[in-house]
Amino acid sequence: MNTDTHAAHAGDHHHDDGHAHSTFSGYMLGFVLSVVLTAIPFWLVMSGALPSKQITALVIMAFAVVQIVVHMVYFLHMNAKSENGWTMMALIFTIVMVVIALSGSLWVMSHLNSNMMPIHQMSGMK
Amino acid sequence: MTVAVNPTQTGEPLFYLADEHPHPEGYSTSLGFWIYLMSDCLIFAMLFAAFGVLGANYAAGPAPKDLFDLDLVAVNTSMLLLSSITYGFAMLAMQQNKIGQTQIWLAITGLFGAAFIGIELTEFAHMIHEGATPQRSAFLSAFFTLVGTHGLHVSCGLIWLVTLMVQVGKFGLIEANRRRLMCLSMFWHFLDVVWIGVFTFVYLLGVLR
Repeated sequence: MNTDTHAAHAGDHHHDDGHAHSTFSGYMLGFVLSVVLTAIPFWLVMSGALPSKQITALVIMAFAVVQIVVHMVYFLHMNAKSENGWTMMALIFTIVMVVIALSGSLWVMSHLNSNMMPIHQMSGMK
Repeated sequence: MTVAVNPTQTGEPLFYLADEHPHPEGYSTSLGFWIYLMSDCLIFAMLFAAFGVLGANYAAGPAPKDLFDLDLVAVNTSMLLLSSITYGFAMLAMQQNKIGQTQIWLAITGLFGAAFIGIELTEFAHMIHEGATPQRSAFLSAFFTLVGTHGLHVSCGLIWLVTLMVQVGKFGLIEANRRRLMCLSMFWHFLDVVWIGVFTFVYLLGVLR
């Protein structure tokens, strides 16, 4: 009975192997989406089509996020089921860490920057 | 795998697997490799954070606008994107047990990857020639560290790719080589994901600033 469950286990694992689901159409769809999602931000910056730089910055960042998701789904074959969900768990943990590290660093350092600035001005005003 | 608290005969709880059953070779490789990639992701997150903090400190030196050639970056990006799709084709050929096709697609992937590294090194050489060296300003230190680390990863991926082509040529598409090719696939696509961040936050936003 023990060997039975192990065999079933191994079978399950093989089925979950991620790349087992990759298809030509999946790769092509991911590729075409990636090309479009890369070309538009480059065009926006090079042509300056949008009126303000801030809007352009926000739009290209949104494109980057969408393209990262496209790569994750179509090239890295991310789904909630592979490895019983542990790859997704590791990914979510990493995203949380990355968001904390990035936003925390930028936030703290920009505050340091703006709080250090007035000292020069004040020493000049003395 | 479920780790349950198995009550023993004496009724005391047991906090480990009573019968550690054997797993087939490479059973946990893909999950382990994924966790490695996630830790690599954290390295890049730190480098992105450093670039985000230091990216505007030019020390009266050259700014992104003076240095970056977006046409070249676009070509470079397309090289990496094309190498991603050709690696995908190599994986599809591998699934159909076509050794020759797998090798050809792997070779094409390697050429695109080498083109990427070549263009990047040309860009670096050009910048250094203009005096935009890593020690010129905090912006350039952060730039060379971030983009250089990515380039180093791609270079390691190329060495790995050649190694696997030799392996496949020698032993064919055996189970171990399939597993290795799958790991390199994850590595290669992961580097493309990191490059999305690089061209958006370093190059495009840099030129925009």
